[in-house]
This record gives sequence, structure tokens and C-alpha cells, in this order.
Amino acid sequence: MSEDRRDSAMQGSPEPLPHAGSEIDDPQFTDKSYSQGQLVRRRFFRHKGAIAGLAVLLFITLLAFTSIGVGGISGWWDKDYTSTGTVLNGGQPTMGWFYLGEHPFGQDSTGRDYFARVMRGTQVSLIIAFVVGIASTMIGTVIGAVAGYFRGWAESLLMRVTDLFIIIPLLVFAAVLGRIAGDSGIFVFALVLAAVTWTGLARLVRGEVLSLREREFVSAARAIGTGNWRIILRHILPNTVGVIIVATTFAIASAILLETALSYLGFGVQPPDISLGSLISEYQTAFTSRPWLFWFPGIFILAIALSVNFIGDGLRDAFDPRQGKDG
Amino acid sequence: MTTVENTTAQPIDDGTVLSFSGLDVKFNTEFGRVHAVKGISLEVRPGEVLALVGESGSGKSVTSTSALGLLPRNATINGAINVAGNSVDTMTDRALRKMRGDDVAMVFQEPMTALNPVLSVRTQMVEALELHGKAYGKAADARAIELLSMVGIPDPEKRLYQYPHEFSGGQRQRIVIAMALSCDPKVIIADEPTTALDVTVQAEILDLLRSLKDELNTGILLITHSMGVVADMADRVAVMYKGDIVEQGSAREVLTQPKHDYTKRLLDAVPRLGSRGETEPVVQGEGPKALEVNDLVVEYHRQGKEPFRAVDGVSLSVKRGEIVGLVGESGSGKSTIARCALGLIPAASGEVAILGEDITKMRRKPLKALRKRIGVVFQDPASSLNPRLPVGDCIAEPMDVHKIGTSKSRRDKVAELLDAVELPRDVANRYPHELSGGQRQRVSIARALSLDPELLVADEPTSALDVSVQASVLKMFTHLQEQYNFGCLFVSHDLAVIDMLADHVVVLKDGKVVEQGARHQVLADPQEEYTKRLLMAAPVPDPDEQRARRLERYEFMKEIGEEDHGLHLEEAPTREDLMGRSAGGEGKMPPGVSGGN
Repeated sequence: MSEDRRDSAMQGSPEPLPHAGSEIDDPQFTDKSYSQGQLVRRRFFRHKGAIAGLAVLLFITLLAFTSIGVGGISGWWDKDYTSTGTVLNGGQPTMGWFYLGEHPFGQDSTGRDYFARVMRGTQVSLIIAFVVGIASTMIGTVIGAVAGYFRGWAESLLMRVTDLFIIIPLLVFAAVLGRIAGDSGIFVFALVLAAVTWTGLARLVRGEVLSLREREFVSAARAIGTGNWRIILRHILPNTVGVIIVATTFAIASAILLETALSYLGFGVQPPDISLGSLISEYQTAFTSRPWLFWFPGIFILAIALSVNFIGDGLRDAFDPRQGKDG
Repeated sequence: MTTVENTTAQPIDDGTVLSFSGLDVKFNTEFGRVHAVKGISLEVRPGEVLALVGESGSGKSVTSTSALGLLPRNATINGAINVAGNSVDTMTDRALRKMRGDDVAMVFQEPMTALNPVLSVRTQMVEALELHGKAYGKAADARAIELLSMVGIPDPEKRLYQYPHEFSGGQRQRIVIAMALSCDPKVIIADEPTTALDVTVQAEILDLLRSLKDELNTGILLITHSMGVVADMADRVAVMYKGDIVEQGSAREVLTQPKHDYTKRLLDAVPRLGSRGETEPVVQGEGPKALEVNDLVVEYHRQGKEPFRAVDGVSLSVKRGEIVGLVGESGSGKSTIARCALGLIPAASGEVAILGEDITKMRRKPLKALRKRIGVVFQDPASSLNPRLPVGDCIAEPMDVHKIGTSKSRRDKVAELLDAVELPRDVANRYPHELSGGQRQRVSIARALSLDPELLVADEPTSALDVSVQASVLKMFTHLQEQYNFGCLFVSHDLAVIDMLADHVVVLKDGKVVEQGARHQVLADPQEEYTKRLLMAAPVPDPDEQRARRLERYEFMKEIGEEDHGLHLEEAPTREDLMGRSAGGEGKMPPGVSGGN
């Protein structure tokens, strides 16, 4: 629709009539033309919610990784998340309006600094969420593209497998596999979660591919003898990028919640490592006596999930050319 | 053009059923404001057909939609729109809803999508009647039956309860017209009502509209890009170009003595049957065959049913350096043959030999090598280029796939091809969406020629283009064919286009060859009844000639015993009578002044 408008915008310029014989649709580009990527970027940066989400997510990520450091590199926060100490002032948060104090988020019952613990939990949750998002996207895209492009027995087989994954309750499935993999570290755990959450994307990509493979540019590519994989990689998948990116964003948001739920139930990240979910689980009994042990990880879960969802929303609007613009 | 402000809008009752004065529409888009309609004035009187002609993007549809108050919210409308004496722009939503259907009705372009597929025809027709309080219950059913028989649907009592998919495309368009008529509107807006239909069906629908207009004294605003349809239907014509009306007058004046340059150019671009006369065959005797199809059968498999035979025992051949035109109506199997010749769909039986090799029995490797020697151009310029690849990469793609040349030599070839299709070289860095339809189709042709093919398969390459663009693309195509000397299978539904291009014509119907032979022989002296019907149904852009052709067609239909029942085909008021009313109406008419009276 926006393209049509643009066409008429070009023709709308008060040009003298081109002389007879020349084509009427001469490229009189009076306005600047944008590539598809530029268009998407423009629309995305106009979406206030998405920009706010992006800012919050960046802030949380930077905070989590720079404060306590990552992988042996130490950060600017001088305490770590494992060492115990004396409990000061009942472990109350010391954070005020313009100062942090000794333990900004307070301490737990054994005197561990709660800020450092929440930061570590955020790191783990973010890593898991992004690994799950990216890995499940890759699995889903490959399966969806193969099923959609080749049709026939490959499609039947892959889609039945997809159905099989869908009918098993996700939480139960993930809990069983996660318990087995939980001890092998967060990356293995994340890959296991990815292995059970690719189904939605596979169906989505298959649908896109089914409609794209009937387009004439794919027929044209086949008619000149292009191989199947080249058609998929060069002609079909680039045209599904919008759908895939948007779905990935939402997959990341739901992965955070899934990981949190599993860790809360005790099937996810295993001690001594912690995630936001396991923090809540660990201190759930302290809710009445030390509510901050519950609030801080809760707020971080909420902030991350919300900001990622907002980014996804902005991306979806940016990729959807049908959205109208009100004057 | 001055912009008339909203305040001047007042109900004027001057005998027009629809009038625009100083209509000016702007759209606010992401890219700034677009001036779609620039202060135009038009009137439609009862019983009159005003044709609004122009190319895509000229603002025709925006003009007509504004009469229904259906423009999107980002539109800024100035000027006065009057429907049956009421001003549209001051109406409330409720009044607008009442007006739609009661005073103005719309006939859409695509009969396949204008009807709701999950509701029966009865439900949809009765809904319109009941909403407007015209008739309820049994009375509404009776009225619906009456309307259906009026538009020539046989056995309306039974067919009323059927669903849209049970009707053919032409019948669906008749139903849409019946629905438009259901509340006795004063004016009907027909937005390209026959563009999606075959010529023979188009002729029937135009007959229907003509007889209804005389019977009911309804005004019709006919939006079209086809000059033939204008000649066949219109009393007056307004030519729109870039949001402005450049010429307005009686159909005969505008079509036979156009004043404005643009109108002249538009009329020159219309391909005319028989304009090329007799020509010598380009390839004498038995040349080497580029494509030979022998007794080809293609079947589509349907679940739980007999397979559908789309192509049934077709034989044809294309010699090197010759253009063979494949003509037929939709569903005749012409595109299926083209796709089969490209190896995109398998043949059920028979053989397809490309450059002497039968592709139905080929393995993958040699097939790929053979495909190097075939080029292809598809119909839809919007979908035949990958939107994610720059044009230069698109054209170079075949060379890339077959690993021909270095990246430097490919770039040179792309530049050479862009010159050949008359596009500037810097187009190579643009994306398809930045080009117009005609330019995209040129890119498709350049891509098809990138490997110097010996056979080119062109599936309706110009039917999605405007006439003037079509003319220049066809001219370029003929020129390229002489230069590169490829054999070409050219699929089209347009006999005039085939007449301009082809050396040899094959006429298809329901998957079978009806007639084939040299172009002049088939098109000037058709032997088969079907070919004759096709030729007679194609309208020509001259009102007098078209009227003669129409009468000739009625005679012919009577001869073969196929009359359109229920229509009044006796001669309506003569053209001269109608002409008298609008004589002198030329150029732009000042608002409020009806032309010539």
C-alpha cells in the first residue's frame, strides 16, 4: 500500500508531459527512496515504546555484566554473589535516592550481598533467554523452510514431529529434560529449552515459505536452473526475515519466563549457580520477613520481559507494511 | 487549478446524479503529502455513462471512492461532492451508510473477492435489501430472484441458494451488478468491472450494463483503462492524467479527434487488431525447432477426485527466430503449457522437446545445462523479481547460477543488457520496489536474455501493464527478438497483442488446440467458431466501428443459437441522440456548469 502511494507520489509531481514515444513511468524520483532496511529502521525508531524497551534492556544488560563482571573479569562492584558475611541492620537494603550504600539491595540470611546475587541472576537469565531465542529460531527456521519448500513426505514427517512436540505440555517436557541437563551448566540447559520451543516458529516459517514458493520470482529462479538450497537461502529466506526477527524477539521474552518458571520449580538452574527464578524460589519463604529478597528479582524479570516484548512490538509494526499512518 | 474550500459545498439540484466540483484529495503518508486528485470537476446525469479513463496512479479510483465517503483516514478532501443532490462531505456516518446502496452503488473489479465466499448469494442479496428497508422475508427473496433474472442468471429460483464458488467469473460479476441494483440506485460506480474477465465475458457484461442503464435510467460512472470498453459503453469520456482531467467530451470526439497530447498518446498505444496487415513468415520452411510439443497432456491431481486435465493432447512447435502466440481465455491451459515447457510442472504424457531434447525424460544435470539456453518472463512485474535483491544482482543471477564469467564480465553484461532494455545503467543498484511496473518488466526481460537464450517463454508479460507502457515494452521486445533471434513462445489473452507480435498463432480452448496457423491466416480469416467469437468480442477504440462490430456479433450469436436471454439487445437510443446532449463538452468544465446544455 505504501508502495502504491509512493508511485503516485512520483507521478504527482507537476512535470511537463514527456514527449510522445517515451515511457510514461520515467523514474522521476522527486522524493528520496529508501531500501527496505532503511524503511524498517525508520519505522522502528519512531515507535516510542520500542525505543524505551531497547533503552531499558540495554541498561539492564550493561548493569548486569559490568557490575560484578563476567567470566573472571571483575566488575566495578566489589562484592561477589557467593561469599557470606555479617548481616548488617537485619539485611535491609541500604539504597536511598542518591546513594547506594554498603548493600543497596540488602543481604540474605547468610549475609550474602543481594545486589551481586540479583546481577548474577540477571546475567544467567539473559544468557539463557538469548541462547534459547537464537537456537530455537535456527531449528524452527530450518525445519519450517525444509517442510514448506520440499512439501511431500519431508513436510509430513517434519510437521508430525512438530505436532508431537506441541501436544506434550511444554512445562512438563522442559522440566524433565531440564532436570537431566541442569547439572551440565546453563548453556546445555538453554539448548535443551531451545529444543522444545522451536515449534511455533517452524509453523510460522513454513507458512511464509508456502506462500513465497508460489511467487513468480521463485518460478523464475527454478526455470533458469537454480538449485533448491540456493533458492531457499537466497530467494526465500531473505524474504521471511521480518517474520523471523519478530518471532525471535517474542521467543526471547517467553524464554525468560519459561526459565524463571522452571528454576522456580527447581528444575532449572541448579545451585551454586543462580538465576532470577531460582532467587525467587530460594527466598519465597522470606516474603513476609524480608520482602526485598522477593521484590528485586521480580522487578528485573518484569522489566526484561516487558522491554523485550515492547521491542518485539516495535519490530512487528516496522516490518508490517500494511499498517496505516493517520494524518 | 484552484482548490475549492469545504464551505462552498451546497446541495445543488441541477439534474445530475453525481457531481464533483473542484475535488481535491491529498494523502498524508510517511513520505510526505501526496496530491492524488488536483481539483477536478465531473458530472454524471441519469441514464448516462461517463467513462473515467487513465493509467494506474492517475487518481481514478480515488475520485470514485470519494463519492462513497470511503477514503482512508489519512486523506484530506476539499471541494464539493454531490450525490443525487446531497452533499457527501457534510453527511453524518448514518446518512452516508444510507446513501451507499440507496443512491450510489459500486461494482468492483474482482468478482472473485467482491462476494463473501461463506455466505449464500441469497443471504448477501437479502442483506442489502433488508438493511435499506426495501423488502423483508419472502418479499426480499422474490425481489432477489427478480434481480437475478434481470441480470441474466438462468434458473434464479434455484441458484439463489447457491454459494459464490458455484458460479463462473462472469456470473459472479452479474450477481455483483444485481446487488448493486437492489436498491434502485441513482448512480452506479463501476470500477474496472470487466478488467478481470475474458473478452467474451467482458462483451456480455458490457451488454448487460448497457441494457440495464437504458431500462432503469441509472447514471454510470465507468472507470477503466481500456479504450475499447470506453468505445463500447461510454457517452462521455473524461481522461485523467496525474490527478488532473486533461480532456473531457463526448466519446466519439475524444476517441476519434483527441485534442490533448496525452489522449493522443494513449490512443496510439492501444494495440489494434489487423493493423499489421499481411507479412511474410520470418522463418521459411523447416527451420531448426526451438520447442516442440507433441500430444502433451498435463493433469492436476485432486484429492479424492479424478485428476483434472488442464492440457489435453496439444501439439505445437516454435522454430528458431519465430514468435508463436498462444491465445485463449482463462482456464484454457495456456500458462500450464508455458510452465510445462519450462519443466516447472510434469507432463502426464506426450513429449516436450526443447532444442531437440525431451525434457520430460531428462535427469537433473543435463536439465540444468539445458535451462541455460531458455529464458523466461512472467506476468506479474510485482512478484517476478526477488524484492531483496538489487536489480543488478537479479539480472546477473542466471550467470551466477551457471557459473559463467567473472564478476567483472557479469557486471559488463548487466550494463549491456540494461542498455538493451532501455534502462539507465544506475538502475542496477536499485531495488525492485523503487521501479515502476514497466521498468520491472524490462528488468525481467533483461534477466531472461542474460544467457543469450535460444528459446524464450513469455507468460503474459504485458497484461499487468498500462497500455502506453505495454506499447513501449512490446516495441522493445520485437526489437530484441530481431537482435537476439531467439524462438519465443508468447502467451497472451489479448488478440491484438498477439497480432502485433506473433508469426504463428495457436488458439486454445479447454486445454485443446482449436485452431493454429500463420498469424494473418488465423486472425484475419478464422475458420473455427470459437476463434470468431474471440475476435468479435475484442472491442476496438472507435465508437462507430465498435457499434458495427457489436451488431455483427449479435447476428453471429443468433446464428450459432447463443443469445443472451433476458437482455434487451435491440438498438438503444442511437449514439447521435446521446451525443447531442454532451456536444461541446470539451476540456475542463467549470464547476456547476453542466456541459453543453
